[in-house]
Amino acid sequence: MRFSVTVFPGSNCDHDCEYTIGGLMGQKVEMVWHKDTDLRNPDCVVVPGGFSYGDYLRTGAIARFSPVMKSVADFAAKGGLVIGICNGFQILCEAGLLPGALLRNKNLSFICQNIYVKVEQTNTPFTSQCQKDQVLKLPIAHGEGNYFIEPEGMKKLEGQGQVVVRYCDPQGALTEASNPNGSLKSVAGICNEKRNVFGLMPHPDRSCEAGLGSEDGKFIWKSVLQSFSGAAR
Amino acid sequence: MAWHVNVFVTLKPSVMDPQGATVQRALNQMGYPFVTGVRMGKFTELEFDDSLNEEEAKKKADEICDKLLANPNIESYRYTVVKK
Repeated sequence: MRFSVTVFPGSNCDHDCEYTIGGLMGQKVEMVWHKDTDLRNPDCVVVPGGFSYGDYLRTGAIARFSPVMKSVADFAAKGGLVIGICNGFQILCEAGLLPGALLRNKNLSFICQNIYVKVEQTNTPFTSQCQKDQVLKLPIAHGEGNYFIEPEGMKKLEGQGQVVVRYCDPQGALTEASNPNGSLKSVAGICNEKRNVFGLMPHPDRSCEAGLGSEDGKFIWKSVLQSFSGAAR
Repeated sequence: MAWHVNVFVTLKPSVMDPQGATVQRALNQMGYPFVTGVRMGKFTELEFDDSLNEEEAKKKADEICDKLLANPNIESYRYTVVKK
């Protein structure tokens, strides 16, 4: 399977993605500079974490106008798989490919730690290899991960099963203490209506080796690979 | 003649502002108990050249705010256009 990782000035998880998807999962990875418009014929686009444009103005606000994002939007509109991790999630929200926005963490601190999420939806190309309500241990590292959407937007998200993962405790309970950043209804990751665009704050790119404290990120990548091998191509 | 545009971007009332709440608590502790609300925002100064008339300057200011300076999901904006 062919993955393209977008690279913005200030991206810093682009190489984590390359290492994980290419090195550990054995897939073909192309790095695409943000000024390129040619995505190099990928099966899946990864918008990685980092601090694109220094997080100036709002996280992801300037990156969304990079030339590559027009190509990513076109690719997504044709049904192509797009996953945005951390800053990538913020960029996809700013670009309007996903609804809502990521605000400053409730405690105003940058949070870097392992957390747990509960997989609420398994009928997405990104979570098909998870069990419903499976708890994944994944790392987060962000200052703006506090998901917000107006009440009617949340109603729509929940009604259509677009909330894919929520922060939880190790046993899978959604508690205030296990919601690290104050996200509305503990939302950690969502997909679009067509379910081909997925954004999440936790890092499946940094959790695929025992030495890193968790291998649960592999469930996400294996799901993507499975969805591709299952597709009629 | 040119235009000086002052843009104020603030979080919508429905959006929680933990930064504002922290500043309010600090002010209350500093001896300003009458401060009952603080909302933080962003202030941006734009300079437009004289190729635009006032109406066009306002139109472009709206465009710039809608596209980049404010995120309509969470923020609202207002601005003033002043002749320089």
